[in-house]
Amino acid sequence: MSICPEVAAPEPVFAEPWHAQVFALTVHLNEAGRFSWADWVERFSATLKRHGLSRELDGGEDYFRAWLETLEMFLAEQGAASRAEAEVMRSRWEEAYLSTPHGAPVKL
Amino acid sequence: MPGSSCDVQSEAAAPMFCGWTQALGAGQSFFMPHDHHDDHPHALLPPDPALRVKALETILTEKGLIDPAALEEIIDTYQNRIGPQNGARVVARAWSDPDFKAALLADADPVLAELGLYGRQGEHMVVVENTAQQHNMVVCTLCSCYPWPLLGIPPGWYKSDAYRARAVREPRKVLAEFGVTLPESCAVRVWDSTAEVRYLVLPARPEGSESLGEEELAALVTRDSMIGTGLAKVPGEALA
Repeated sequence: MSICPEVAAPEPVFAEPWHAQVFALTVHLNEAGRFSWADWVERFSATLKRHGLSRELDGGEDYFRAWLETLEMFLAEQGAASRAEAEVMRSRWEEAYLSTPHGAPVKL
Repeated sequence: MPGSSCDVQSEAAAPMFCGWTQALGAGQSFFMPHDHHDDHPHALLPPDPALRVKALETILTEKGLIDPAALEEIIDTYQNRIGPQNGARVVARAWSDPDFKAALLADADPVLAELGLYGRQGEHMVVVENTAQQHNMVVCTLCSCYPWPLLGIPPGWYKSDAYRARAVREPRKVLAEFGVTLPESCAVRVWDSTAEVRYLVLPARPEGSESLGEEELAALVTRDSMIGTGLAKVPGEALA
């Protein structure tokens, strides 16, 4: 597989808004002292390694999925956001989207 | 030389993924919401990971562990204010000012701190110079460590398994795919970034740039030339 990207318009810094959000959330938590960056890197690289066992990661969407999974596990472990809490809150957001009229701001 | 590096002749950092056969870990499901059409009465449902990120944000905000305004600030910084233009300024200055270059190569941190190009993921920087004898190339085999204050957020390919494994194993082949062919007499050295040490390649000043000022020189410095997967543009070369 060739690594070299097609020469085209410059790629956006973040392909999806949630990539930017999960990135910012992690940086902010690190700076707020919730964890050291070295600890983050250790966990994140372990997730990438695990994901990369069965397929080749392209560094795009799959990269941020690994990032999110790492952050969820880390926060659950720290007790800052348990798996159950995260699942309940995710469902609340999903319901909010599905019950908000198109075009209106989505709130919990 | 400070920090970790790997000589391309060595086998030390061969592909880190081979020999592993375990199945995928948990959390690999790919949630696909049903198709949404414009005539739907409700707001468009974001993809599963976006909802999961929102969930974390809400929980942490409610607990007072994060400040949503700080998140916006971080996104704005990396989306709009920090990028390879920062590194390009440093390179152009190094090409123009021998004393600055000597100081930068000897100990980059105080030099970059003075320019305000310091902080977040740029705490310990090492600048490596390309010469006729040695071409430098940067990778992070671990994940995607990268000098944010100088180059911003890494491109997708830098984070890909393909680059992370192959940059070490077959750097010349990878360089060729980026359109860079070096004479055999030029050694290729690959620098493996870590959470502690980040690298910036100081590309060779292109031929024909002798009369240019710093600003014009900075325009020749591409992101890839500072990762080592490209060379600086020569004056007059069309903007890619």
